[in-house]
Amino acid sequence: MAAKNIMIVGVGGQGTLLTSRILGGLTIAGGYDVKLSEVHGMAQRGGSVVTFVRYGEKVAEPIVEEGQADVIIAFERLEALRYAHFLKKDGVLIINDWRIDPMPVVIGVAEYPQGIIEKLEKEHKVYKVNATEESKKLGNPKVFNLIVLGVAAQHMDFTKEQWYDVIEKTVPPKTIEINKKAFDVGYHL
Amino acid sequence: MAEKVIMLGNEAIARGAYEAGVKVSSAYPGTPSTEISEYLVQYKEDVYEEWAPNEKVAAEVAVGASISGVRAMACMKHVGLNVAADPLYSVSYMGVNGGLVLVVADDPGLYSSQNEQDTRMVARAAQIPVIEPSDSAEAKDFFKTAFELSEKYDRPFIFRTTTRLAHSQGLVELKEREEVEDKPYKKQIQKNVMMPGNAKLRHIEIEKRNLELAEAANTLSINKVEMNDTKIGVITSGIPYQYVKEALPQASVLKLGMVNPLPRKLIEEFAAKVETLYIVEELDPVIEEQVKAWGIQAIGKEIFTVQGEYSANMLRKGILKEELVLEQPAAAPGRPPILCPGCPHRSAFYVLKKLNMHAAGDIGCYTLGAVPPLGVIDTTMCMGSSISTLHGMEKAKGKEYIKNWVAVIGDSTFLHTGINSLMNMVYNKATGTVMILDNSTTGMTGHQDHAATGKTLQGDITYAIDIAGLCRAMGIKNVVEVNVFDLTLLEKTIKEEVAKDEVSVIITKSPCVLLDKSKKPLYVAHEEKCKKCGMCMKPGCPAMTKNADGTIHIDDTMCTGCGLCESLCKFGAIELVKAGE
Repeated sequence: MAAKNIMIVGVGGQGTLLTSRILGGLTIAGGYDVKLSEVHGMAQRGGSVVTFVRYGEKVAEPIVEEGQADVIIAFERLEALRYAHFLKKDGVLIINDWRIDPMPVVIGVAEYPQGIIEKLEKEHKVYKVNATEESKKLGNPKVFNLIVLGVAAQHMDFTKEQWYDVIEKTVPPKTIEINKKAFDVGYHL
Repeated sequence: MAEKVIMLGNEAIARGAYEAGVKVSSAYPGTPSTEISEYLVQYKEDVYEEWAPNEKVAAEVAVGASISGVRAMACMKHVGLNVAADPLYSVSYMGVNGGLVLVVADDPGLYSSQNEQDTRMVARAAQIPVIEPSDSAEAKDFFKTAFELSEKYDRPFIFRTTTRLAHSQGLVELKEREEVEDKPYKKQIQKNVMMPGNAKLRHIEIEKRNLELAEAANTLSINKVEMNDTKIGVITSGIPYQYVKEALPQASVLKLGMVNPLPRKLIEEFAAKVETLYIVEELDPVIEEQVKAWGIQAIGKEIFTVQGEYSANMLRKGILKEELVLEQPAAAPGRPPILCPGCPHRSAFYVLKKLNMHAAGDIGCYTLGAVPPLGVIDTTMCMGSSISTLHGMEKAKGKEYIKNWVAVIGDSTFLHTGINSLMNMVYNKATGTVMILDNSTTGMTGHQDHAATGKTLQGDITYAIDIAGLCRAMGIKNVVEVNVFDLTLLEKTIKEEVAKDEVSVIITKSPCVLLDKSKKPLYVAHEEKCKKCGMCMKPGCPAMTKNADGTIHIDDTMCTGCGLCESLCKFGAIELVKAGE
């Protein structure tokens, strides 16, 4: 099979690393060759971050290039907009319907674009979820990324048990239950 | 079959070090090299690893270990190698006893660096052989090769990575640790004491060794020819090899695992077999210039850039002349990195901004004090430079000129090289004020311990150097420690210290907000009390946004309860609603 290309985009500090590692673990369990590419360092301080996950029989480059993403998981609306052009024509965009103002917006030198999701829905297959609000209901806003992953899982070819298994192996032991619960919320939305 | 696991490039290097029988590793954190040392800790039963105060020290520790007869390594980022340049150029003459490898991580694309220098250039200047892997599996396996070659040819090696290699994950096959017997120590002053008479002879010797190594490079298994269609031939190495495989699966490829010295015969033979030869290397034309100097026709930087990272699409356009129809990116406001919500640096910069101060800055998270809305930092160059830059200004323009200036430096950076500059200020009768923003960690690189945190890389409790005491011991009378969130006191202190005609050090002590894993307090903004004055927005906290009517909203998922906004609100509109735990 041709390599599958997944991107996770968000704001530094939102947990894109953990999410990409869960996806990485999942694809290995599926018996694929896999490469992941992450962002560390300065951009992790509230900057725009993107991580790539590629899996298939044999994967060469560790990055996903423009026009080649099968799935983009966006943890924030503006970041979904920023990277949407990486999607393939029939690619799927999963968006956490949440807004984090970048500093140029906070200090009033730029405007946060209006109607992002409506615009993206016209051009791409979009699934949105307000995972941040949903995660607050679970009592821990940090696990929103597992809710988003739960939604993404509906559009990927892995069983729920495979997801559970890799979540258990990847997240800190104390947080396994809450993360699985969060995944369930997204999986059944 | 051996176990296959997924590993970050840096993790694979750590594993390679373990399997290669390395016994000592010293490093200073620097993106993208940091995680090598952190992953090495899991092997601490077999490998000693430490954080050194800077890369020069780290390299020298590794040299010492090598002289004593064990396999040793040091890790650093590209600019760290500049700090270690002094030992680098001379250990090149000395050679090794136990194998010696410096891991140096370049940053094409400047993800987290102040320049985009190419370590291969430095290595050529210092006549140090360089090995470069192209994925995690090679990162582990080639690392072992580096030690074997280091010992065989009596050369220290550089193991060069780039951000994309260091921070990508791929599958790696685990092997057992190879127990390498220590080399016996022999006193050899001609080899290990670099005074002129000895160094002259060693220079002749290493020229000879490098020629031998260059000859051997023609048959090294890590330099690999993949013959395919001969229309297009590509010489490449490292991560760009993956882009070549992705974009040009039909092309013939000479993949270099050792990029210095180059295998001339192998390159000439390969070049003769292909119709058009391309050289695909990120950053400087290091391979290209040598190949062309041998009279071989090749295409390289005529069509490729010396800046940033490459990609398969770039090769499709450049080599295959494909017209790629790509969707244009949407117009979206940028999202530059910022200080985290609750970051103690924000408070320090807010006060400096209020006082209309300029700051000579340094390398760390606090470099972000240069951007709006804080905009306090005027200069940032390299580790430790804030203090010496300020000193230079004073000596050029006089002490009155710097009354509205301070130097701003973090605790880890101060211990790295700032301390030398401070010594210079004391010695040469400066009057400037240095602010050490002490957040008890090496922040930007992801929270590493240092000589003043009281903990070693291996997790042992150790003596914590007292930064204030260290400054006093240098003869500085004005050493003041202030709580960075006490805005009134901080303002008063800065005014007083800057006014003095002596060196002052202000240490603002507050741990990095990301270090504290306890449940944080939470503040809310009351819209009915808010007068829309905008005071609380001045420090530029990312947790705070304006509602449509101009009142303030605090994002409860981001607020860490530092209280800076509350202390700026004169109308009681911001209130603590949940205490920390």
